[in-house]
Order: sequence, then structure tokens, then C-alpha cells
Amino acid sequence: MTDSIHDMGGMDGFGKVEPEPNEPAFHQPWEGRVMAMQRAIGYAGAWTIDMGRAAQELLPPQVYLSISYYKRWALGMEHNLLKQGLADAGELAAGHAKSPAKPLRRKLTADKVAAVMTRGAYGRPPPAPARFKIGDRVRAKNIHPQTHTRLPRYVRGHVGTVELVHGCHVFPDTSAIGQGENPQWLYTVVFDGRELWGADADPTIKVSIDAFEPYLETP
Amino acid sequence: MQLRVRALETVLTEKGYIDPAALDLIVEAYQTRIGPQSGARVVAKAWTDPEFKGRLLADGTAAVRSLGYENRVGDHLVVVENTEQVHNMVVCTLCSCYPWEMLGLPPVWYKSAPYRSRAVKDPRGVLSDFGITLPQATEIRVWDSTAETRYLVLPMRPSGTAGLGVDELTALVTRDSMIGTGFPKSAERA
Repeated sequence: MTDSIHDMGGMDGFGKVEPEPNEPAFHQPWEGRVMAMQRAIGYAGAWTIDMGRAAQELLPPQVYLSISYYKRWALGMEHNLLKQGLADAGELAAGHAKSPAKPLRRKLTADKVAAVMTRGAYGRPPPAPARFKIGDRVRAKNIHPQTHTRLPRYVRGHVGTVELVHGCHVFPDTSAIGQGENPQWLYTVVFDGRELWGADADPTIKVSIDAFEPYLETP
Repeated sequence: MQLRVRALETVLTEKGYIDPAALDLIVEAYQTRIGPQSGARVVAKAWTDPEFKGRLLADGTAAVRSLGYENRVGDHLVVVENTEQVHNMVVCTLCSCYPWEMLGLPPVWYKSAPYRSRAVKDPRGVLSDFGITLPQATEIRVWDSTAETRYLVLPMRPSGTAGLGVDELTALVTRDSMIGTGFPKSAERA
């Protein structure tokens, strides 16, 4: 889902940022298990990182805001397990497997853990030449897809400048809905604060996003 | 939640999808080894080695890989340099994207609604929550990590550190200074 609560840039009312002194890696032991399970199931090829994010974005706003970060991960994981047919609701409720497993691509065993401590690579060979180059003025499209996107609301319709070209990357919008990697050119596009927030905004602020080519048009 | 997660892990284990021993190792790595000291070392090296700094700013991933870390850095690391004119700040408004291999797990505040909502609209206000005030003329450059690129801020080297080596400088580099919500420690406080 696109226009959901996860897309928070520019919202008011959430209050001050409150750093926690000497914050531990995990506040509860189960948080570490959730983080590690997500890694392991990703390695197994059960779903893509974009499907993982998309599942959390389906949480109702009041739920999303009221639960901890790793609980969102856990609920997203449960959602995707059911959706992919890797487990059923009865099994999750009972805490035991009752039906045969579905085959997955591979399994993360202890000897392979070193390999997952490096992030995956998302660069892909370009299927076509880049449409934009550094210095080009571009407008973020005013789009509101009903499925996952990484174009935040606060830049839609606004004009910025291409600052970096990162090559072609896996396109989250299709990867999230099982329609493949569909590599697209990825750009860093920088916006003047006043373009985003109006003439009264602080003139010293510049904000960039990383934007896939399908998010952009010539103004 | 402990019981619910226990149930989840048991189902996945009994199905043969995951191996709890592998989970143990992942958790342990984040609790003991993977943390901001990796990023701090990269920053300190850049402060002392102009050739390395040039490579770091041109291609963060390649430059960090050349240091041969145990926890190898992923692709698409972009290092952005703070100067007297420009202060960089990193956020992920949509979720929690963060350079884990360089900084460890993101803190709760980085993933929280107050930071994600305000960093792109009122970065000076956010900095004041961290007790930081920048000169009004300083440009504030916010990097919203909306794809799989990851951003690391190269903070300015503190004054009075001319005689220090990489190890001593590493101890001055804080996690928040590499996100852009803090400064390195001063040499006197270290």
C-alpha cells in the first residue's frame, strides 16, 4: 500500500526525538530472534526484502503506530508466511508444524552465517540507457499506486535535480508484488526545502531521495 | 510477544526452513561484534589519509572493502562529507534503512515516528532535540534512504587532534556523528 502510515516524511505531531542512553542491541530476547529469523527466511528465498516491507505497510495505522519495531517485523513475517503458503494460521497458533513444508531455495545453516552478514547486492545490468543525467531537472510523479512503492508522498509533484546516478537496481514496486526484479535506473534527486515545504520554509535545507526512473518525469 | 515469537520460530524450525543455531550466531554477531566501531575506524582513516578519503567519497563500498573488514560492507554505500558549509543528516522516512555493517543495528529513535516524520521537514528542530545548534548559514542536507543505497556521514575532524593516530581518533567518532545527529567527541573529553 502506498499512502499508508509508514510514509511519515513531513507529518507533524509525533513529538520530540528521544534518544535512549546506552541503548542495548535488543530490548527483549525475542527481538533478536525476529531479526535473525527475517535474515534466515530471506536467505531461504521465501520472499524479497520488498515483500517484507510491503507486509508491514499493510498493518492498520493504529496498529503500526502502537507496536514496537520488531513486533512489526514479526507480524509482517506471519503475514508473508500465510500468504506464501509456508505455514497456516493453525500452525502459528499452535506453535507446531502440522502439514508438510514447502520447498525453499536453500537453508541458512550455522556454517553459512558469515555470508548473510553482508547485505545483498541490488545492482543489475541496465536493460536500457539512462533517461536522465546528473544536473537534469526532474519532477517526481504524482502517483498513488495501491501496491508498494518507495516514492514518498512528500516529494510527489515536486521538481528537483539529479545529483547522483547509481546504475540500475531491482525495482521495489514490482519485486514487492511478485512481478520480478524489473531493474530500473536509480538516481539521487535533491529538492530545495522551499520547493517541498513552501516559501516560508528554511532556505538552507535541501532534501534528497533515491528515486527509480519510473518515479520521475521531465518537468 | 515472547511466546508468539517462540511459536513462530518453532514452526519454521519444524518445517525445516530455518536452523536455530544459525539464528544464535546472527544475534550474537549484532550483540558483540557489529557496531559503530567499524564506521568509526573508516572515518578516522579518512581523517588521516587523504588518498583513502578521496576513494571513500568516490566509491564508499570499494574503499571500505579495501580495508578488509570481517563484516564486509554491502554494495551501494555512499559516504557524504560534512564541511563548514554543509551538514549532512541521514534518515529513512519509509522504514529504517541504515548502514548496518558500518553502524550496527539502528537505534530505536532512528526508526521512530518523530525522527522519520520531522528529519526531512524540520532538521534543525530535530538537531535541537539532540542538543545541537548549527550556524544559520550552514546548509543542511538531508538524505532520505528510499532505496538500497546506504549513507554514512563523514563528520568534520575535531580541532586539537593533529597529533592523534587512527586508534585514538576512532575513539572520538560517535555513532550519531556518522548519522548527522551528533558531533565527534572533542579530544579533551576522550
